[in-house]
Amino acid sequence: MKWESMPKSAERLETKELTISMGPQHPATHGVLRLVLVLDGETVVKCTPYVGYLHRGIEKLAEHMTYLNAIPLTDRLDYISSMANNEGYCLAVERLFGIEAPERAKYIRTMVAEMSRISSHILWLGTHALDIGAMTVFLYSFREREWILDLFEMLCGARLTTTYVRIGGVRNDVSQEFLDSLYKFTEEFPSRIAEYETLIDQNRIWLKRTRCIGVIEADEAVNWGLTGPTLRGSGIPYDVRKYAPYDAYDKVEFDVPVGKHGDVYDRYRCRMQELRQSNRIIKQCIEKLPRGPIMAPEASKVSLPPKDNVLKDMESMIHHFVLITKGPIAAPEGEIYSAVEAPKGELGFYIVSDGTGRPYRMRVRSPSFVHASVIPRLCEGSLVADVIANIGTIDIVLGECDR
Amino acid sequence: MEPTRLSQAIAEALKERYPEEVKEIREFRGQVSVVVKKERIREIMEYLHDTPELCLHYLRDICGVDYLGKKENRFEVVYQLFSISHRHMVRLRAEVSEDDPTIDSVTGIWDGANWHERECYDMFGIRFSGHPDLRRILMPEDWEGYPLRKDYPLKSDLGEKEWKGLKKVLELAEKNKIYEMGEHAKER
Repeated sequence: MKWESMPKSAERLETKELTISMGPQHPATHGVLRLVLVLDGETVVKCTPYVGYLHRGIEKLAEHMTYLNAIPLTDRLDYISSMANNEGYCLAVERLFGIEAPERAKYIRTMVAEMSRISSHILWLGTHALDIGAMTVFLYSFREREWILDLFEMLCGARLTTTYVRIGGVRNDVSQEFLDSLYKFTEEFPSRIAEYETLIDQNRIWLKRTRCIGVIEADEAVNWGLTGPTLRGSGIPYDVRKYAPYDAYDKVEFDVPVGKHGDVYDRYRCRMQELRQSNRIIKQCIEKLPRGPIMAPEASKVSLPPKDNVLKDMESMIHHFVLITKGPIAAPEGEIYSAVEAPKGELGFYIVSDGTGRPYRMRVRSPSFVHASVIPRLCEGSLVADVIANIGTIDIVLGECDR
Repeated sequence: MEPTRLSQAIAEALKERYPEEVKEIREFRGQVSVVVKKERIREIMEYLHDTPELCLHYLRDICGVDYLGKKENRFEVVYQLFSISHRHMVRLRAEVSEDDPTIDSVTGIWDGANWHERECYDMFGIRFSGHPDLRRILMPEDWEGYPLRKDYPLKSDLGEKEWKGLKKVLELAEKNKIYEMGEHAKER
């Protein structure tokens, strides 16, 4: 067609900003996150995240439950690493009541928390790589995730919503069969990590898509309140496991990997190194696992006694009855903030107790909520294709973000 | 020095500097919290953030607590501060009354405070003056009431007060439906 014969309207074509809505059911948003993007060609001018689609009012629900009842709620926060959530909540309540879990329980908790870290990180790796276009990693990483989930199933009967950790200990002891299988996993896992790395570490497309993308400097990252590998990628070695050791983390050796540039690639490297460290921790936990009880005796005022004891022993039966009908007796009046290093970052529980059997206020400081707030900072000014990389790199789970 | 002693020292220093503002210093299980008046909260926060010896650069969390009928001032806004370089923490609790539920925003100091304050507004109705974008965050924008207040029911038959958004969605779905519903679905 000749230019002269073009319709008049084409001559008046102009460029303008385009607003698009990404999500809440976009495959790359990892849940129900909605971003409203204002685009100028390929460049993102403005990005506004909308969250809350998965808001279930967990904080409000917990106010109406006993301390023990609220454990299953915490599974539903970050549903791909429920063990770490259980641990975080139970630790907070233990600190409120002044209970300390026995040694064996501490080691078991550390072990399962690290297992959930591995499971969470390899799920992240698979989906993040899938978003950026490296599909193969996804298929490999799910093989190992399946192994971990099978181990969880062997341990407590559930694969996702485990509710395994109890206030003052853990639900049941680990079997020798479980330990053997887990040890075999730790023996094999490092070679599997190497496999993932062969696929993408030196991949030119991967490097192009991740290097110098979503850069956030150390000072700024702290100012935004980032935690976990997202912060450590910027070079700050803040890890709750080292700064305020809980459970058995002060008795095992591990390093805290940090990045340098604070870009998507460094955060990826951090998480890959963390996989190795988690593997190392699990191995040490199996080797050092002490014998002994798995529940603290003084926890009987908050946690249910073992079922066997309830059927045989009068004391336990009374405790069981009182706990179910009246709730735990006399929680001390006060407030506590307790944090753990969940796979995504610092998971904090702020509990205000008014001296009854129910939390007066339970606040969940979830890393995903904070990390989601940084999306506009990462995306504005970048290309629309990098939005996907930026959402992937901060590793958010909307269940935890919306609570 | 032990972390608790450090936090106590910070609390004491704060009291010395702002004797009018600091109402109470409490300690429970080794954690120190300072109850302050809300009027000069921004100034206090700037002091804690900028003083090199304190170096409280990391704002862990902001949340609200509703003490309905338990305290003179109904609400408290709780700030959890931590210093990554010095490894000490301190908690500030600013009292906010029911008649005037406003407090100065600290978004100018910490970018991360933005969403925490929005959530606090969403759940408790506490307004943060100076906040760049104070909208609801977890609840729909036209939601009525503040869910985490103690007088907000956990579950109730709201009747007329039911969220209008849901009604709108249902009507829209009815209008735009392509398929007829099966018999079993109608029964429900």
